[in-house]
Amino acid sequence: MASFDYEDAPANSAAPASSQSHEVLGYDPNFVPDSVKSFAVHLYRHIREKNVYEIHQMYETSFQTLSERLFKDTPWPSVDAVAHYVDNDHVFCLLYREMWFRHLYARLSPTLKQRIDSWDNYCSLFQVVLHGVVNMQLPNQWLWDMVDEFVYQFQSFCQYRAKMKNKTDQEIALLREYDQAWNVYGVLNYLQALVEKSMIIQILEQEKEGLEQFTANDGYDYDGGSNVLKVLGYFSMVGLLRVHCLLGDYHTGLKCLLPIDISQQGVYTSVIGSHITAIYHYGFANLMLRRYVEAIREFNKILLYIYKTKQYHQKSPQYEQILKKNEQMYALLAICLSLCPQVKLVDETVNSQLREKYGEKMIRMQRYDDEAFAIYDELFSYACPKFITPSAPSFEEPLVNYNQDAYRLQLKLFLYEVKQQQLLSGVRTFLKVYSTISLGKLANYMEVDEPTLRTILMTYKHKTHAVDGDGKITSNADVDFYIDDDTIHVMESKPAKRYGDYFLRQVVKLEGVINDLDRIKLD
Amino acid sequence: MGREREREVQQYTVEQLVAVNPYNPDILPDLENYVNDQVSSQTYSLSANLCLLRLYQFEPERMSSQIVSRILVKALMAMPAPDFSLCLFLIPERVQMEEQFKTLIVLSHYLETGRFHQFWDEAAKSRHIVEAVPGFEQAIQAYAIHVLSLTYQKVPRPVLAEAINIEGLSLDKFLEHQVVNSGWVLDKGNGRGQLIVLPPNEFNHPELKKNTADTVPFEHITRIFPIMG
Repeated sequence: MASFDYEDAPANSAAPASSQSHEVLGYDPNFVPDSVKSFAVHLYRHIREKNVYEIHQMYETSFQTLSERLFKDTPWPSVDAVAHYVDNDHVFCLLYREMWFRHLYARLSPTLKQRIDSWDNYCSLFQVVLHGVVNMQLPNQWLWDMVDEFVYQFQSFCQYRAKMKNKTDQEIALLREYDQAWNVYGVLNYLQALVEKSMIIQILEQEKEGLEQFTANDGYDYDGGSNVLKVLGYFSMVGLLRVHCLLGDYHTGLKCLLPIDISQQGVYTSVIGSHITAIYHYGFANLMLRRYVEAIREFNKILLYIYKTKQYHQKSPQYEQILKKNEQMYALLAICLSLCPQVKLVDETVNSQLREKYGEKMIRMQRYDDEAFAIYDELFSYACPKFITPSAPSFEEPLVNYNQDAYRLQLKLFLYEVKQQQLLSGVRTFLKVYSTISLGKLANYMEVDEPTLRTILMTYKHKTHAVDGDGKITSNADVDFYIDDDTIHVMESKPAKRYGDYFLRQVVKLEGVINDLDRIKLD
Repeated sequence: MGREREREVQQYTVEQLVAVNPYNPDILPDLENYVNDQVSSQTYSLSANLCLLRLYQFEPERMSSQIVSRILVKALMAMPAPDFSLCLFLIPERVQMEEQFKTLIVLSHYLETGRFHQFWDEAAKSRHIVEAVPGFEQAIQAYAIHVLSLTYQKVPRPVLAEAINIEGLSLDKFLEHQVVNSGWVLDKGNGRGQLIVLPPNEFNHPELKKNTADTVPFEHITRIFPIMG
């Protein structure tokens, strides 16, 4: 463990005389407390010595502790004030600034100038990485945070820019002058460049043939090389998924994630934030594509995982974020199960949590009246990503806010889909209690005419059968039926018992027991 | 033959272009031309079209309503795939308010909810939009047959006629063709009108599905490899 401490001199001790900026800002950006000096010096040394363990400790724990104690509502000391403690090391200064801005975004509200400066810092940092002059080994957590924060700041900038109404002339002038800052092309191209330059897709491909050890080594490089570009490239695929979801481009988003096999553990599961971000967006995109079964499966898996591991993350700075995404994914799961009632796909633990949180709402969602739509609206709005409009505003026209436009469009299209499915819930109820029923009789029960009933039944089939790019049909149906002339035949859908899987598990278990027995020495 | 090959070469290039430059505004004109190519050559590329809609989304001032409209008609033709929604997610709401797009949205709504009768009525009123794209009718008929095949073992003739918008002698001819090429069977239907027996699949014959549930995926078998060794 680190042997240095972060004890600070009391606040009233010999602080340097206030500079002018101090007067204006209410703090002195150039004052470096001893603890920060020590932090920078040690972090710099650990990075140079490639001591990933110590870097991780300082990054995860010390940085948070110091922020909590000294910089609750002021920024960290400026990079210029710290630089000479770390040999003015260019890359270290970029990393320090990246953390500096991240802290600022989390605790204070960044000015437009600061947003632009942070963009510049990311550009410099990624350029250094892309040009391969980085020879560091950084913790996965930190590398993930970089990608995550980069996308977050982009999203935050788009939201900020879209609120045009109360912009000052000075802000508008800055926006015009720095129109490349957080430009959507720039953001996407940096992420894409990291993916391509890192060759991560090829690495993952080769890994399947046993030619690479990327996943086995958790992305680290134990042969003296650097993990930075590779792992940044890897996480950038998750970053691209997220950006595309923010833009409403679900198809492209899923395509970006394709090289990562999410049915298995991988480097993306080594950091809880990346694990959650990947699955949350994957599930959301599948929900929007009407692939409910796929969304339910993945939400179920990760919600169970969070339920079981939550306690280990209590002290993590991401804890609140984890809980929030957890709640949002329950809301999304409630939506999925209301549209596609396949509760058998959901684990008992997850199901009981779900009932506790949304049980009552889910019953009302089945009714498809105005109140039900209001609940779909409420859950979607609560749980959806923060959609953005990526284009720059027109500065000429009267300035209007457009920060809600993207969200409203996605919500509207989603509710439109719900409305198209509104009669399916009723038809399900009847089909579940009959093995055969004539169209005329069912139409009567449902208070529609026969041709309408035929359209409802076809809608049911269409909406519950997803067709992928190769024409492969996947059934999401919870009730199987067919029509013969004017009679509906319903097949009782027995849950397919996976005997094969069960037997294989037992074989492995038995082997374990026998091994245990063998180990016992009888005296 | 020569022209056919030329087209293939060009198609290759545009797809390639998208793969290499997914976020490059310079390829916008190529993608627009490519949409027109898809219309005239009756081909389709969702990813190229989404890429174009994305570029429009980034630079709305460069958007062409005519091209968007063609993309949407093509997406309708890709039913049952959800391409039409995928496109709408990327088109700003104020653009969707334009009359021609409203019509297409209504058409999509009818298809999504299996209301073929209303669909064909509405399509007849909007010939100028849909007839600009060759193969439209056939594509929608294929979709209708897809949904019917998921739903029916035996479908009454009038229901089929309404869904694919073909009647009388033309329908007889169509059925004849399907009997020969797609395994359809015509059933007299006990004097209550003709029934058409659609080819069995696991969706209209749910009992066919069971086989897949009994198989064991290879990944599961691998778990006992260490023991067997």
